[in-house]
Formats: sequence, C-alpha cells, structure tokens
Amino acid sequence: MISSDLNIVLPEVILAVFSMAALMFAVYTKKDDTAPVVTWATAGVMIALGLWIAFSPMANRTAFNGAFVDDGFARFAKVLMLWASAIMLLLSQDYLRRNDMFKFEYPILIALATVGMMMMVSAGDLMALYMGLELQSLALYVIAAFRRDSLKSTEAGLKYFVLGALSSGMLLYGASFVYGYTGTTNFEGIASTIQDGKMELGMIFGLVFLCVGMAFKISAAPFHMWTPDVYEGSPTPVTAFFATAPKVAAGGLFARVMFDAFDGAQADWTQIVAFLSLVSMFLGAVAAIGQTNIKRLMAYSSIAHMGFALMGLAAGTEEGVKALLIYLAIYVVMNIGTFAFILNMEKDGRAVTDIRSLGQYSKREPGKAAALTVLLFSLAGIPPMVGFIGKLFVLRASVGADMAWLAVAGVIASVIGAFYYLRIIYYIYFGDDVEGLDGRMPSLHYVALMGAAAIMLFGIINPFGLEGYAAIAAESLLK
Amino acid sequence: MISLEHYLTVAAMLFVIGIFGIFLNRKNVIVILMSIELMLLAVNINLVAFSVHLGDLVGQIFTLFVLTVAAAEAAIGLAILVCFFRNRGTIAVEDVNVMKG
Repeated sequence: MISSDLNIVLPEVILAVFSMAALMFAVYTKKDDTAPVVTWATAGVMIALGLWIAFSPMANRTAFNGAFVDDGFARFAKVLMLWASAIMLLLSQDYLRRNDMFKFEYPILIALATVGMMMMVSAGDLMALYMGLELQSLALYVIAAFRRDSLKSTEAGLKYFVLGALSSGMLLYGASFVYGYTGTTNFEGIASTIQDGKMELGMIFGLVFLCVGMAFKISAAPFHMWTPDVYEGSPTPVTAFFATAPKVAAGGLFARVMFDAFDGAQADWTQIVAFLSLVSMFLGAVAAIGQTNIKRLMAYSSIAHMGFALMGLAAGTEEGVKALLIYLAIYVVMNIGTFAFILNMEKDGRAVTDIRSLGQYSKREPGKAAALTVLLFSLAGIPPMVGFIGKLFVLRASVGADMAWLAVAGVIASVIGAFYYLRIIYYIYFGDDVEGLDGRMPSLHYVALMGAAAIMLFGIINPFGLEGYAAIAAESLLK
Repeated sequence: MISLEHYLTVAAMLFVIGIFGIFLNRKNVIVILMSIELMLLAVNINLVAFSVHLGDLVGQIFTLFVLTVAAAEAAIGLAILVCFFRNRGTIAVEDVNVMKG
C-alpha cells in the first residue's frame, strides 16, 4: 500500500532527497566552491524529472487517501515548473558569480521551492495544500533576502515574509472553516458535501479566505502590494525566478482548489475570481505607467498578466482551464527571454535597472534589441506574437462563459498596458543616445533571449502542440 | 457550558487582533512576528474546536502540522530580521522604507 503511494510521489521524493544529499555534499566538501557543480546537478535533475513526467503516459492516480493527486493537470504544471526552474537556475549562475553571491544554498533552495510547487499543484487535501504552499514560500522568503549584505534585498525578504505569512494565516483560517463545516479536509469530501447542497455561510466565509490567501500568492490585485517591492529589492535572478515557476504553481493551485473542492459552488467563486482578474488587469496596466525601474515594471506587468490568467479561471469551464494553462506557459517563456536580457543590463560592472539606459540600444546591439522588441510586443499582446494567442484563448473562454464584460475590460486593460511596453521599445529605437549598457552577454543568455524571441515569432505557426497538452490537462482536472 | 461558538469567538478575536497587530503597529518588527504567531494559534484553536465538535481527529493532526510550520516560519522570519538589522541598524517598522510601495 505505502509502496504504491510512494511510487506515485516518486518525482517529488527524488527531488527532495536530491536537495538534502546535495546540501550534505556541499557542506562536507568545499562549501561554496561546489556551487557550480550543485547548480548543474540540480538543473540536470529537474530537466530529467520533467522529461520523465512528460514522456511517461500514466493514468490519473491518487496517493495517501486522496491527499496527493497525480493527473494530467498536475503533470502539465509540473513539467512547466521543473523546466522553468532549471532554466532560471542556469541563467542565474553568471549574475550570481559576478556579484559574489554564488553560494551552494541557492540551487538547493530553488530545488526545495520546486518540490513545494509540485506539491501545491498535486494537492488533494487542505493539509497537503498547506504543506506544499509553505515549503515553497519558506524557500522563497530566504532567496528573496539572498544578498545578505544588501539593505534592499533584506528589506524585500522581510516584506515578503510578513505579507506572505499574513496570507498563509488567512488561507489557514479559511481552511479551518471549510474543515469545520464539511468535517473533512479532503477535496473530494468537500466537493461531495457541497454537492449535497450544504453551502452554508461558514463555507462561503472559508472559501473567501482561501481565495484571499491564494490571491496573495499569485500576486493578484488587491493583494499585490508586496510584488513591486519584492521584485525590485531581490537580486535579479531571484526576481526572474519569482516571475516564472511560482506563478505557474499559484495559478495551478488556484485552479486545483476551485475545481476539485468547490466545483459545486462555482457561482460563488467565479465572482471572486472575476473580480480579482478585473482589478489586477487594470492595476497592472495603470500602475506600471509611471515606473522607470525595469524590475518594478516587470512586477506590475506580472500583476496584469496574472489578471489575464485568472480570467481563464473565472470562466469556470474546461476551455477556461485550458486557456489558463496556455497563458501561463506562454507567460513563462516570455519572461525567461525578457529576464535573460535584464540579467545582463550592466554598466561598468554594476547592474542597471533604469529603462532610460536603453536609449539608442538598437544602434549598438541591433540583434538583441530586435529580440527584446519581439518579446515586449509579445508581452503587450500585439499580434502576430504568441503573447496575443494567449490573450485570445482567455478572451474566448471568457466570452464562451457569458462573461463578455470581463473580456471587453481585458481588451481595454491590455491597450492601456501596451503603453509601457511600447515606451521601452521607444527608448531602444528612438530614445536619447546615452552611454547606457556595456555588459557582454554570456552565450547561454543569448540563446535564451533569441530562443524565446524566436518562439514568440514563429510559435504562431506551430505552437509545439501546446494546445493539445493543455486540453488534456484541463480535461483531467474537470473529469 | 462552553460551546463551539465560544471557542470560535475567541479564535476570531485572536485572529483579528493578530491582523490589527500587523497593520496598526508602528513600532517594532518583532511585534509583527508575534502577531503572525497569534493568527496561526487562533487557527489552531479553531481547528481543535471543530475537531472535538465533529468527533474527528483530522483537525488535531492539522494543528500539529500548523504548529511545526509556524516554528519553521518564525525561525526564518527571525533570521531575515537579523540580516535586516545588520544592514539597517534598526528594526522599527517605519524604517522598513527603502523601497516605496
């Protein structure tokens, strides 16, 4: 019995055991000199696990009395998170080394955060949900404050910790009410209680608190206030990591809880999610206009993008979940490319974050400038880039679920939001000629930037079967 | 007789005190850590009260998990706070303001 359960959670077990073994290895040998080895090994294990999960066709299974669900939805999210974490880990090496923070704890913390994220999207029980969420969050608090001697980084860590702990508390308070009114923490049990028509006031109370907690984690407005500060203060590789895998995990968790546990109360939670989506899209679009720091700008951009992703969830249909997954996948690829560029924004060996330093960048580096332009167009959702396809899917799902008002609002918000992406492009091509950036770009970053840009450009012709995989994943969630 | 409602009321009061402790406190980050602890303990009272009321052990097991995670969370919070103090020289809440947000 226990061995078959362990078999199902094997990918998580491998990654967890690997991170502990790597920790022991590094502590008992040459400490920080082992950082490159540990980094490559961690990335290798993540990529291998991703390949394994992606290419082993398995039926939907549950382990530990339903506390852990391994279905197509979880597998889609896990592959995406594992690969995104691995790529971000490899891209961060160079920056960490230049800034003298290349410590062996960094890859291990990323690995532990990834285990937490895998638990989150596979949660089938409120306890599993909480443990996964905390494993992810605790690791992320630490890497936000990873540059210990920097005031900004520690402040970012402190702010993230306080608000993250607050959101965990809210989520738990909601979970306690859901448990109290249904008598079980199992998602299936909760769903069947709701099916019996018992949606009491206490349940709605619990549902709202759960949504607030998860909205914090996905940085949806009005619970976004930590995002700009944490993105600005954290070291850039950490910011880049925050903008990719954890977003997928939080989005996946949101969909998992809403569909697995509260499917019967759809009329209640779609209102909440639609509200979060609407506010996030507009806040992300409007608040970014005044920003000149590219990391803060990307923070507001991520808030707006999460608003769009939640629009798919708000539809409450299979098509909506499919759109959510496609949107998240495209968003992750766009961010990998964009951050591969931001990681190398340097002048005289110091990181630069002001977008005005990009003035006339196209004259000095036409290739990279063009790639960045493609990515920014894609982030803005301008056709024919792939970012537009992502928006098209969520808008279609939204209209299909009789939420045309939300779709219209989304289009308006994306038009407002296009302004600040286009402003960066303006600086690149027509800005004042400043002696901006001089950083060279390591080949790995160059490949990531160009690759992501190429995907954004040519993915429109053949999006790598993404739609098919997302459809299978969505179907397994709504079974 | 102390009923379920009494326990829930106490837990709700503690929870709200915890939230207010985070937002209204202008003095010390340590107080924020204490408020967070207070919120989590309020949740524990809720869970145990429900568990006894329902005659179901799961709630108490949940409480044990929450206690463990709360300990880890406090450890990490204090560690980050120590790092912050080394850089800033103070832990007053109004001095956590290098970035505006």
